[in-house]
Amino acid sequence: MKTLYFAWRYLWARPLGAALNVLLLSLGLASITFLLLVGAQLSKAFDRDLAGIDVVVGAKGSPMQLILSGVLHIDVPPGNVPLKAVRELEKHPMVASIIPISLGDNFRSYRIVGTSQAYLAHYQATLAQGRTWGQPMEVVVGATAARKLGIALGNTFAGSHGLGSGGHLHGDTAYTVVGILAPGGSVLDRLILTDTASVWKVHEDYTAVDDEDRKVMEDEREITMALVKYKTPLAAMSFPRYVNSSTEMQAAAPALEITRLLNMLGLGTEVLRAFAGVLLLTAGLSVFIALWSAVRERRADLAMLRMLGAPPAKVAALLLCEAVWLGVLASIVGLLLGQAFTAALAWLLQLDNSLLIGGMVWPVQLWVVPCLALGVSLVSALLPTFAAYRVSVLELLQSR
Amino acid sequence: MIQTRNLRYAYPGGAELAFPDVDVAQGAVLLLSGPSGCGKSTWLALVAGLVAPASGEVTVAGQPLAALKNIAVDAWRARAIGFLPQKLHLSAALSVYQNMALAQWAAGVPEDAGRIHAALQSLGVAELAHRKPGQLSGGQAQRVALARAVLLQPKVILADEPTASLDDAAAADAVALLLATAKSQNAALVIATHDARVAQSIPPDVDGQIGFQPLRLAHNQLSNA
Repeated sequence: MKTLYFAWRYLWARPLGAALNVLLLSLGLASITFLLLVGAQLSKAFDRDLAGIDVVVGAKGSPMQLILSGVLHIDVPPGNVPLKAVRELEKHPMVASIIPISLGDNFRSYRIVGTSQAYLAHYQATLAQGRTWGQPMEVVVGATAARKLGIALGNTFAGSHGLGSGGHLHGDTAYTVVGILAPGGSVLDRLILTDTASVWKVHEDYTAVDDEDRKVMEDEREITMALVKYKTPLAAMSFPRYVNSSTEMQAAAPALEITRLLNMLGLGTEVLRAFAGVLLLTAGLSVFIALWSAVRERRADLAMLRMLGAPPAKVAALLLCEAVWLGVLASIVGLLLGQAFTAALAWLLQLDNSLLIGGMVWPVQLWVVPCLALGVSLVSALLPTFAAYRVSVLELLQSR
Repeated sequence: MIQTRNLRYAYPGGAELAFPDVDVAQGAVLLLSGPSGCGKSTWLALVAGLVAPASGEVTVAGQPLAALKNIAVDAWRARAIGFLPQKLHLSAALSVYQNMALAQWAAGVPEDAGRIHAALQSLGVAELAHRKPGQLSGGQAQRVALARAVLLQPKVILADEPTASLDDAAAADAVALLLATAKSQNAALVIATHDARVAQSIPPDVDGQIGFQPLRLAHNQLSNA
């Protein structure tokens, strides 16, 4: 304990140098913390939102776009598919269940998703207030969306066309909030959910010129996509091929597409990781230089400690403890900085209504950070410590 | 208190130095005089157990140093030898009190605030306990260093060039302080110096209690130049 205390005093005997070293080391650690946190939370969010959805069937186009738009609700969908075609799919022997997803409108950039009660059940959503929708134009609002929009039970609002703000306002058909979901950590948190029929109603009321026209529209009803659950895993072999070749729709497997996405992001992650590595290396060198010059400057002081009876190991331990302090301080600062970066990113992204990342979590991988910090500082301290170990008391007598 | 017999030291380069036999009684004073490079430092290092002799024996306070191994000699030195280096080597990062505590840490004994204050008190610097060494005058710093040397009540005090860079009055004060401190501790005092003023500052016979043994080591004692 005393060793730690004296090491602490020696460290702060040069406050500027010590602070700069802590800062340098923490910048590298903060980058790594940031990468780890974002990586862990992204894959957690993906796992959570993709779980149980075997394949997504929607309009032909980019399969990744289909997944991003329909499952993670980030991108715009490639187009719509006829309701009739989806109904046919539902009868397919390999299909266990289907959740319809209809996109198209938003309320202040929170998506209004036409779907079925099965969507709520799929994410095991529970209601914090109110009830679920019983008829078209009733909506259930996700926890985050409700909080951000300041929506309460009984409120009514009109959606606007498109998935971002600024579209045409469907002024004459208002939604009524009948329920608010409890926060579930899933994609539902930032959605406004309603019956598929609501979406049809809004658009048919808006575009139909007369009853005949409306009748035609009813026959040509579309949804955006269907989330499909297989009866058997074997379906993964044949079902997508069947959809892609025999229908006007395409099937995209979320697991496959997300792996592709992560591989694409991988390059960016590698660059960031390499950058963090360079920062850490620089920090290690800086710690080395600081400790090395500390030993040079304090050689005689260290020799005096030997004269006062300290064995070589004790003198070396004093130096090593200085490195430990640097590592501990840098870990704390680095972790806090990394969490702050992540929280800042999450804040920015939530404004875009995008992926769910929050600060201040501690995934298990994060233990790497203090280990790295101590590792870097201890390795940097090796040579200086050895030099301190070798300090000879004779230097005291010869320093004339 | 200090006895050396047939003491020889071999330098790494191969040169060898032979020392005359020395006996310093408890409470006695030994003045090691001679020009720089004549072997005073080496003799101090041998007596402090910092280096091993090529041949011969050193016995300090009844302890033959040859019998102590590695870490044991460090622990022994902490208690048996109080050392006043030429440069004082008080840690600038620590207060006077913490410097004393550091000495107790180095010696592997528990921090003892009472003893630290007693040692500082005995040298009249107790009120400086919370100052940093940089805030002390030269004389004050030397008193603190001496307080540190006698902190563990050693039987032998080794002072290396205690008057270097001091003016005449200060040099006389420094020697007087060393003599008084050694007397109050009843410790043997060895002063290694090339400063002729030191010999003049030591009364030839202080109440018959302090033996005064000048030991002159000359260059020609290097048996193999």
